[in-house]
Amino acid sequence: MTTIADRVAGPPLAGPTDAVARDAAAAAAAASLPAISFPVGGERELRLDLFRGLALWLIFIDHLPPNLLTWFTIRNYGFSDATEIFIFISGYTAAFVYGRAMLQSGFVVATARILRRVWQIYVAHVFLFTIFLAEISYVATSFENPLYSEEMGIMDFLKQPDVTIVQALLLRFRPVNMDVLPLYIVLMLFLPLILWLMKWKADVTLALSVLLYVITWQYDLYLTAYPNGFWAFNPLAWQLLFVFGAWCALGGARRMSRILSSPVTMWISFAYLFAAFCVTLTWYLPQLNHLMPRQVEQWMYPIDKTDLDVLRFAHFLALAAITVRFLPRDWSGLKSPWLRPLILCGQHSLEIFCLGVFLAFAGHFVLAEIAGGAALHFAVSVSGILIMCAAAWLFSWYKHSADKSASPTKSTGGNADMAGGG
Amino acid sequence: MKSNSAAVLGLTLLAGFLTAASARAEDAAPTCDVPAYLLATDSALQKVADAVKTGHPLDILVIGSRSSTISTSEAGAYPARLQAMLRDKLPSVAVNVSVELEVKKTAEEVAAGLVKLVEGKKPTLVIWQTGTVDAMRSIDPDDFRGAVDEGVVALQNAGTDVILMNLQYSPRTETMISAPPYLDNMRVVAQQHDVPLFDRFAIMHHWNDTGDFDLFSAFHGPELAKRVHDCLGRALSKFVIDAAHLNPAQQN
Repeated sequence: MTTIADRVAGPPLAGPTDAVARDAAAAAAAASLPAISFPVGGERELRLDLFRGLALWLIFIDHLPPNLLTWFTIRNYGFSDATEIFIFISGYTAAFVYGRAMLQSGFVVATARILRRVWQIYVAHVFLFTIFLAEISYVATSFENPLYSEEMGIMDFLKQPDVTIVQALLLRFRPVNMDVLPLYIVLMLFLPLILWLMKWKADVTLALSVLLYVITWQYDLYLTAYPNGFWAFNPLAWQLLFVFGAWCALGGARRMSRILSSPVTMWISFAYLFAAFCVTLTWYLPQLNHLMPRQVEQWMYPIDKTDLDVLRFAHFLALAAITVRFLPRDWSGLKSPWLRPLILCGQHSLEIFCLGVFLAFAGHFVLAEIAGGAALHFAVSVSGILIMCAAAWLFSWYKHSADKSASPTKSTGGNADMAGGG
Repeated sequence: MKSNSAAVLGLTLLAGFLTAASARAEDAAPTCDVPAYLLATDSALQKVADAVKTGHPLDILVIGSRSSTISTSEAGAYPARLQAMLRDKLPSVAVNVSVELEVKKTAEEVAAGLVKLVEGKKPTLVIWQTGTVDAMRSIDPDDFRGAVDEGVVALQNAGTDVILMNLQYSPRTETMISAPPYLDNMRVVAQQHDVPLFDRFAIMHHWNDTGDFDLFSAFHGPELAKRVHDCLGRALSKFVIDAAHLNPAQQN
């Protein structure tokens, strides 16, 4: 499977590209081996694709400067945001695809496949970093504003490209907005272990994950970054969501169905979502701030994104519970052409994610060059989403026709697509 | 052919619209009004109120990083503007604003030296502008909160009033500097210690949204910086007077 990242990253990074090409060739060869191809079930969860596509759109909008569309992103209406959805669904699909591989082909083959995926994500990250470097270098040379002379100090790392680039390759130097893929890489690296433990005892694995989360909070564990600081998404805490997704994929969701369909769960979820909504309202309408009880504020703030605050996790759970309840698996709307773009985006998540980050950079650039009015902001956001949809459609068309011509009997397409999120 | 002319028409309209939008932004004189809720605070500046009531001089010390100054024009920066406006509004009080620049220092590094600074100058009020350096270096927000906390306690123990001032709104570096964790943590510390927070970020954001200033555009001489600092000084003077509950009777 070739990603857009692989192809476009080609010229500036000759070394890795060769490796990718070889990797892709090996993958193509591997895909035709019966050992790895498993039957494509008709049980593709379109809801997962739908919400992952939605998460990708929201992440793109949140990465742009605030504009009209920003008001449609869920972070304005509660504690959690699109990142939670993205990581949870990634855990779910990864466990679904590679868990099957592990059952059918064994630990070693599944691990090899996972590592190949990790490599793809890594290359995508390096590609995005290259674009970021280009953008920031441009801004550094073209920006003259005494008001922001201090903020321009952020460009200082350009003075030591040797150190910076090596640190970026080690995932220790990550500019803002480029934190999701490194988190994803680390989580995927541990996926073989997670799946192996889950095969043994799924509930124990989830319990261990909760334990790691608690220990992380208790002892304030974190990963350091370069030049100083920490990982903006602490993998030691965020693994909880990923493992929870995996646990749901491997039967947990089925076992929870009674809890999920209980009206008590529904009302608790609604109450919590409403409370969270009221709290977020006070952030955007500071006029309401005095209505917040001080003691609640002191107990609650800050709501930590780095370590996946319990309030955020709970908010995601409540959202998920409500969604699962009111959007059945066989909802006819999932087949509607209106939701098709979202689903397509969700099915090619790595490519569309990278494209989204790139478009956010490009959007910033456009807004900076042409004095950014509200209309232009809106136009940039909408055209970004349209480009993402068009690209997703193109990938799926290509995949479809490539699969058809390759081998009509052994279609691994569906699974590779789902692995796309894994 | 028909579709072509339609496209041309559309583009012309769009261009006209964009020109109109940008022209409107340029025409409007910057009023830089700040909505009342952005300057509201529950916390009081008791020491400032006492000094003004008893006729003592009002010594204000601004401790900040590079964004508390304009390199080409010290007199145009917000501390100097604050002094001018407070002298204007409180003619009977001897107002004196001094600045201590702690360039490229994190909150933790500044907090360690705060007591010494205050002992030397004995100000009535310290305005501590911080967060920018920490955000640029992505210091752990918990450590940042701890440092601000420690600094505020040290200042309060030294017997001064404190105002915290947060980061500038800087749209061009938004993709590179992540401000929200630092803004949140400063708000938390301000609440915990009952200290007024001058929300520079929200205020500048507001000016950018209303079109008072175009903070996004790349090319500006020192003029924009001077105008923004003038407006910040004006807002800050109002904030100080409100937080000290100085009513017009006391001001004369």
